[in-house]
Amino acid sequence: MARKERGAPPEVNAGSMADIAFLLLIFFLVTTTIGVDQGINRLLPRYEPKPVVPDINERNILTVLVNKDNQLLVNEKLVDIKDLRQTAIDFIENNGNGTCSYCLGKKDPKLSDSPQDAVISLNNDGQTSYGTYIAVQNELVGAYNYLRDRECKKRYGMTFTEMDYIYNDPASKATEGLVDDLKPKVEKIQELIPMRLSEAEPKKN
Amino acid sequence: MSKFKKKKSGGTPAISTASLPDIVFMLLFFFMTATTMKDSDLKIENTLPKANQTAKLHKKQYVMYLYAGKPNERYRSSLGGSDRIQLADKMASTADIKNFVILERANRNSEDEKYLTASLKIDKNVKMGLVSDIKLELRKIDQLKVNYTTSQGNPVE
Repeated sequence: MARKERGAPPEVNAGSMADIAFLLLIFFLVTTTIGVDQGINRLLPRYEPKPVVPDINERNILTVLVNKDNQLLVNEKLVDIKDLRQTAIDFIENNGNGTCSYCLGKKDPKLSDSPQDAVISLNNDGQTSYGTYIAVQNELVGAYNYLRDRECKKRYGMTFTEMDYIYNDPASKATEGLVDDLKPKVEKIQELIPMRLSEAEPKKN
Repeated sequence: MSKFKKKKSGGTPAISTASLPDIVFMLLFFFMTATTMKDSDLKIENTLPKANQTAKLHKKQYVMYLYAGKPNERYRSSLGGSDRIQLADKMASTADIKNFVILERANRNSEDEKYLTASLKIDKNVKMGLVSDIKLELRKIDQLKVNYTTSQGNPVE
């Protein structure tokens, strides 16, 4: 029995390929979002049932009060949020006792002794809106970032924000010696300008 | 006798669609790489506040998400109009945060656990009372790394 002559294999029709791809595309468009994965990183204090109240000189505390109408009271003066960052910078690098060689402060006797002593105490009302809280956080963190970046750039030619990100990135472990190299630098800057931002429990109304 | 005889027009030639799948696949791959999967359906309003002193979050495997806000219009009759917390797909109370964190930790490698960050996605109109309750719960369970997730922008207009 003679076999039938086989011709070239038949072409696969690719006309519907586009439709299939479109279908997948639309599926992904619908089920995914473009991520907004950035924000202000903070480290919460460890929970202690009976917190100890440290003894701090009054000039070393910058009290920031936010009331329920989202107004700011800084050291008993009404302050606009636009001026908060500069107020905080002035407070932190005031260098009252003259021990801080990298500070540009005015040595105001009412403001802090040194960056190591300076504490910013943030007090919220229970009715303060989260948006305002973040704005205040942003300004205060901005003040610290400004000082740290300035110092870090001067010493290591790189901003602290970048350095800290690389240092904390789990992916950096892969590069040999990178984390070990950054560790003393990060710690040095953190020691020079420690972020001492304390938050009181909001008053319940 | 002209050299430039008009060609007979044989109707408009068909546009080749052979490269269409390639183009669409290109788009598809772009969206697959540039976006992330929606992992939970939000039942609450979630307009994040703006900030510009932000840091990028690390990879998703190191992040857990906590949401808070007013229930959406659709759910307002069943959930009420006051600020609520949402964990994964469920509405929750502050007491549930503890279990949620333990569960999230159990789902990770023990290696990754110390990098685990709680991303707080909180609507900008939520009152601080609720936010500090959430923070207190996180502190109690020793989840100290938090990220106040925000959208990019200047909070001080």
